[in-house]
Amino acid sequence: MSFPWAQQYEPKYGLTKFLDEKLPLPRLVYNAVGAGYPVPRNLSYFWNFGVLAGFCLVLQIVTGVVLAMHYAPNTLVAFDSTEHIMRNVNWGWLMRYAHANGASAFFVVVYIHIFRGLYYSSYKAPREMIWLLGVVIFLLMMATAFMGYVLPWGQMSYWGAKVITGLFGAIPLVGEGIQNWLLGGFAPDNAALNRFFSLHFLLPFVIAGVVILHIWALHIPGSSNPTGVEVKKESDTLPFHPYYTAKDGFGLGVFLIIYFAFVFFMPNALGHPDNYIPANPLSTPANIVPEWYFWPFYAILRAFTADFFFVPAKLMGVLAMFASILVWFFLPWLDKSPVRSGHYRPLFRKFFWFGLIPAIVVLGYCGGAHLSTTTILLSQIFTAYYFLHFLVILPIISLIERPEPMPYSITEAVLGHDPDSKLGPKPTTASPAKA
Amino acid sequence: MIRIFGILTGLLFTVAVLWSFIVDTGAAISEPAPETAEEKYHLYPKGPEGGFAHEGLFAKWDTAQLQRGYQVYKEVCSACHSLRLVAFRNLGEIGYDEGQVKAEAASWQVPGVDPNTGEATMVEGSPTDYFPKPYANDIAARAANNNAIPPDLSLITKARHDGTNYVYDLLTGYREQPAELVEEFPEAKTAEGQYYNPFFHSLNISMAPPLTGTGQVTYGEGNPEPTIEQMAEDVTAFLAWTAEPTLVKRRQTGWAFLLFLVFATVLAYFSKKQVWARAKGGDVGEASVKED
Repeated sequence: MSFPWAQQYEPKYGLTKFLDEKLPLPRLVYNAVGAGYPVPRNLSYFWNFGVLAGFCLVLQIVTGVVLAMHYAPNTLVAFDSTEHIMRNVNWGWLMRYAHANGASAFFVVVYIHIFRGLYYSSYKAPREMIWLLGVVIFLLMMATAFMGYVLPWGQMSYWGAKVITGLFGAIPLVGEGIQNWLLGGFAPDNAALNRFFSLHFLLPFVIAGVVILHIWALHIPGSSNPTGVEVKKESDTLPFHPYYTAKDGFGLGVFLIIYFAFVFFMPNALGHPDNYIPANPLSTPANIVPEWYFWPFYAILRAFTADFFFVPAKLMGVLAMFASILVWFFLPWLDKSPVRSGHYRPLFRKFFWFGLIPAIVVLGYCGGAHLSTTTILLSQIFTAYYFLHFLVILPIISLIERPEPMPYSITEAVLGHDPDSKLGPKPTTASPAKA
Repeated sequence: MIRIFGILTGLLFTVAVLWSFIVDTGAAISEPAPETAEEKYHLYPKGPEGGFAHEGLFAKWDTAQLQRGYQVYKEVCSACHSLRLVAFRNLGEIGYDEGQVKAEAASWQVPGVDPNTGEATMVEGSPTDYFPKPYANDIAARAANNNAIPPDLSLITKARHDGTNYVYDLLTGYREQPAELVEEFPEAKTAEGQYYNPFFHSLNISMAPPLTGTGQVTYGEGNPEPTIEQMAEDVTAFLAWTAEPTLVKRRQTGWAFLLFLVFATVLAYFSKKQVWARAKGGDVGEASVKED
């Protein structure tokens, strides 16, 4: 589907005409990311991150496939084969650092993409399905990243695998069985490493599949925009190409500069030094921590320290950690405010900037830090806030909040006036577009 | 319905985590965690004054220093520490020519096979061989070192927090254990066969001070005096190289990448500006869009 004023693909040459008849791939691309896709004209740079996430996925698949040509998924040689890549394979160090930092870059980009969706309530009708598929992609990314981190078979790989699979052991009755089944043994060993490698290779392609669904679902209602006002007419939109291809091109350049600054000048800044020590089941690291992108969830896991009635603390922590992401699935139905954009929601905006964001930053800090009384108590307070925010505050403010005046249309938001607006020009104090 | 269910779930998790909070706060007040000797006396590494020659965005390896560091490793560290990820051929990267690499390799005994009998024996190293291990196995390593295995040094500067500075400070950080430490934490007293070193995580390390001073290693002519600090800096630089032999190449490649990217991004910025100029200025209708 598209807007009726979308430009139509017209093959000009023999080859494109031939293709369009037999397999209209050029038409598909034209309508997906070409001139045939009308996009709201007021998108800010926060709307660049979807394309960047897609780029990261391709980057990870390309570097990952090359790494897999040299890596050996066997506990005896996995660590050394990684070092072989670093030392002996031509440009192997670049491939590995690009892949390891590519994972971090992917999560940075996806987190910004998710929080953009949260702030502008991109999950609301008619875009629920896009959001749900996005959460699925995020869950798949987490699984993929976790298994990828196990592959070098360093100390953090091993102990991370042990802790995370151990979470399933908290499930009553069947937990231990599930844990052993996942690992293919009683502790992480060759069976676990082999299946993690297999799944780490497979899942990115599953992600790619869900990304296609995500984009497909996006093209049904079309992109959201910073005002949250739906597209009404042609003057509200611009064709994706050349406007947003140009804008995304610039955004990609900025992204690559930052990304390669990490790859070339501080490639180990985001990693843990213990992973340069080969895995040793007999020596437990002083502080077992996952990669930074899991820290907030890890803090939630560790926040539950006391048994709650008949529920053991560990089980409660595991449930809370999974629930902290699963709650995103329900957002479209928890937040009933008819206004999408946080720009026009004074109460929502306050809780977003002064509640949710600090909570996640503090949880992230606590999840990565050495366990201490302070970090535990902090994680407990902010874990409480995290759940309150999504499950209690959001539903309640969507009932009591009085939204600020909104522009009649995207055209009005951009130009300050819209001839079609029955009310005439509005005071544009709340207009977010093109400051 | 979903919202009622959601609010109840949210309250459940909140109450559960706040219950943990109350329990933990109570515990922290009634029995606060005692301060440990490690918390009070552990020092974080600073590294040598002026830093290392290879540090900095444009810096290169000081090959003379790496060669001195190699000498220190060979004559001091290699008695207990392996360097299993490095091959003799790699020495060609720190300024030795082919003949010197062969000679260096030949000065080491590596495990091999007697060509006449087929029995395992030690043979002269060749450039393709890797640095040999000083102990036959972990048990032998433990037995000879107060029950502590000397770690492999190939990656040591990447396998510790702030590793390069850490190795330098560890090598130069041995000292008398402060009397007030023993007074306050009697159980942290340096045991027999251990040595006090505040840069080590547990403060007491099983490695005897490896660098003892002038006379231990003789540097060739034109090189600085082999003081403890000098040897520590040299061997640390050498170990920084073994951990990351591609460091300098990486930075140089990085500059090429970044220069190109900045150039391309500036171009992208101006093309974006030019493209968008068409959409600005009020003429939002189809005319402004469909022309191109």
